[in-house]
Amino acid sequence: MTTSTSSQSLWQRVTAPLSSGPIAYGFLALYVLACSILLVTNPRTELSTDVVFVLFLLSMLVAYRSRVAAWFKVVLGVFALGVVLPYFGTLNPFYIDVATQAGIFTALALGLNVVVGFAGLLDLGYVAFFAVGAYAWGIFSTPQITEINPAWSPVDPVMFYPFLIIGLILGLITGVLLGLPVLRLRGDYLAIVTLGFGEVIRVVANNLDRPINITNGSQGIRAIERPPLIIVDQIRNLGIVADDNRLYQLFFYYLVLIIVLLTVIVVARLKHSRIGRAWEAIREDEVAAVAQGIPRVRMKLLAFAIGASFAGVMGVVFASKQLFINPPTFDLLRSINILAMVILGGMGSIPGAMLGAIIVTMLDLQILPRIAAVLREAQAAGAPIPRQFDPTQYQRLLFGLLLVVMMIFRPEGLWPDERRREEQHEVEITDEELEADKTAKQAGADSGS
Amino acid sequence: MAVDATVAPTTARRSLGEVLGVVFGPVGQLLAFIVGSAASLSLIVVVLALILSSAQPDIMQRVVIILPQVIIDGLVRGFLFATIALGYTMVYGVLEFINFAHGEIFMIGGVVGATVSFLLVSAGALESIPPLVFILLVVLVAMAFCGMLAVTVERVAYRPLRGAPRLVPLISAIGMSLILQDLARLVMTNTPLGFNARYQTPNFGQPIQLFTMQIGERSVPVILSPRDLIFIVAATIMLVVLNYVVNATKLGKAIRATAQDMPTASLMGIDVNRIIALTFLIGGALGGAAGALFGLRIGTVNPYMGLIPGLKAFTAAVLGGIGNITGAMVGGVVLGFLEAFVAAYLSIFTAGNFSGAAYADVAAFSILILLLIFRPSGLLGEATTQKV
Repeated sequence: MTTSTSSQSLWQRVTAPLSSGPIAYGFLALYVLACSILLVTNPRTELSTDVVFVLFLLSMLVAYRSRVAAWFKVVLGVFALGVVLPYFGTLNPFYIDVATQAGIFTALALGLNVVVGFAGLLDLGYVAFFAVGAYAWGIFSTPQITEINPAWSPVDPVMFYPFLIIGLILGLITGVLLGLPVLRLRGDYLAIVTLGFGEVIRVVANNLDRPINITNGSQGIRAIERPPLIIVDQIRNLGIVADDNRLYQLFFYYLVLIIVLLTVIVVARLKHSRIGRAWEAIREDEVAAVAQGIPRVRMKLLAFAIGASFAGVMGVVFASKQLFINPPTFDLLRSINILAMVILGGMGSIPGAMLGAIIVTMLDLQILPRIAAVLREAQAAGAPIPRQFDPTQYQRLLFGLLLVVMMIFRPEGLWPDERRREEQHEVEITDEELEADKTAKQAGADSGS
Repeated sequence: MAVDATVAPTTARRSLGEVLGVVFGPVGQLLAFIVGSAASLSLIVVVLALILSSAQPDIMQRVVIILPQVIIDGLVRGFLFATIALGYTMVYGVLEFINFAHGEIFMIGGVVGATVSFLLVSAGALESIPPLVFILLVVLVAMAFCGMLAVTVERVAYRPLRGAPRLVPLISAIGMSLILQDLARLVMTNTPLGFNARYQTPNFGQPIQLFTMQIGERSVPVILSPRDLIFIVAATIMLVVLNYVVNATKLGKAIRATAQDMPTASLMGIDVNRIIALTFLIGGALGGAAGALFGLRIGTVNPYMGLIPGLKAFTAAVLGGIGNITGAMVGGVVLGFLEAFVAAYLSIFTAGNFSGAAYADVAAFSILILLLIFRPSGLLGEATTQKV
């Protein structure tokens, strides 16, 4: 990873020694250890822990961007996300919940990134596919199924694992069904149609309690099953006392972590494949792409279906984790929420989408409530803040500002895709910079091998 | 904006007859579509009732009793969509860009109207001013405010992005829409207006009884409420004035020229930025007036009421052929009738299993999807090739 714009030269001069060579190994190890120790020794929910938690997550970003050997990055990642964070989660369940939510949205943002970022199709109804997966597991795992046909009975909770695949297939089918008719349309029409589709799915979920009660209408589905914990008895045998809720939190954390990892691998492989290049060509110039022999509709459909299938899988996980779903869970705001993640991070950029997802989720779950609490205290102290004002209620304003500001000032996102950034800014790349870039890439390749 | 090919490109003054033709021609077209869609939908409903009447003997009566009321409802909905759709279609004509925040301009029109009415109530003057003056006041204030707001939004969020890839301004518009929603909520919840602001009006008098129908032994009165009448009359006036402005004035000619070819228009001495701002002003003012009148009709306004009508108005604009002003009106009216008929008759024909009111939205969006597949150029639009 290299950044070689002249404006960042000072920043680079400071960070260069810390991001490569033997100093980098020491710095990173120290950084991650320090954050871990701070977290584990002070697990209360308060502002300082929030800050350390953010720094802790930031360490992953720093490690990813620094030029150290790949095995070292993997070790750091496994240590931080696989050991420290779950352990910290057993001390303070709030943070592992935040991490799990961030993971779910990371997978969703990665899926949407395929549609919006790679193929350039603006999908404003992405949450509809999420809803399909969530409702599938919600209906089939609860007595809700007997409302459809009294002869049927809920599936066994262990079916959760195959249902991940079923959720994927359902998302895929819905994506193809919606995509087939609308993908011939131009970009802005597509945005409105997908938005309409998202609303239709929500309205249908809200009203499909008659004539046959399929979705239980606006009351939603309660007591959704969680999968049985496989190795729980072995853990108990080891003498570790843990109640079910804690274990389930850990279970979902690891499950989401694995799914995110798989998603990243799939998406990254796709991006650099023939298909990914075709998507990029369509995004940049449809007419030219078709002239080159790229099957436009098939490629668009593929992007749409792949994005939708990720959402379908995450829907199953989400329903099972939340235990309760209802139609407002899947409203337009959530689609916009995921879109904001992709745009904040950088359309078409995989680390960007992940960064965006984590920032927006943290903003939603941690930072806004924290600001609200601070305001509440200020208000109690007599500051002139209206009593009704609650920052957690103004996510729309926040996301709206975020979208507009990003579009005007940094349309390529916080962590732009390399190729896309070059297009958007079209900076004159001097020979020296090219040379520096080449050597940097070589260094990266060397350390990677 | 489809430029009328029959308008002679002369600088000579046109005769009064020509101007009248240009202004009222589209109104005649609109009238034809109103009568046509009302008649054909009524026919479909009656035929369906005939088919089902063997199973349910009283279905025919139930269908016919509400029919005139449904037609009036469809007309009101239709004019609502038409006035909002004009804002979409004008902006699209000039910039080829979906102004997603337009539904929010409509909502803010309603909020401004409610604010005016609230101020009048707190001044104790509401009951003493004549209804007509009240309507004029509310509509003009809403038009002025929303027109300015639309221009500001264009200046802040769209102008810096002109020439950027297509999705960029669209995303900015979505962001702007969210900002306007929450700003309205912020203002409303922190003032005496409240989240669901009441929209008080002077007494408009009794409902007007148009005629009574004789069905069997029962006589069913057909009622037009004064609020519906106000809405229909005001919307018609706005549509005629807009037609005049766009088709018979110099400004209108500049707008059409900009829509047809922006670089050439600017070479001909047209200040393109000013024309775009004016387009937003006109579209925003129409949306604001629609909001003020709609709020007046339903009695309350809230900050989230703009999204769905905005989407449907967009559907109407596409239905009529986006970029085409007459098309937007026609599309609005046709969509309004369709929706009114679905809302009223779906539950009758499915024996109460599907609530029509809930599925009316689904019907509108299904129409949009079907339309875009089979006739993306809309009812009046001409097939256009995409500029490469």
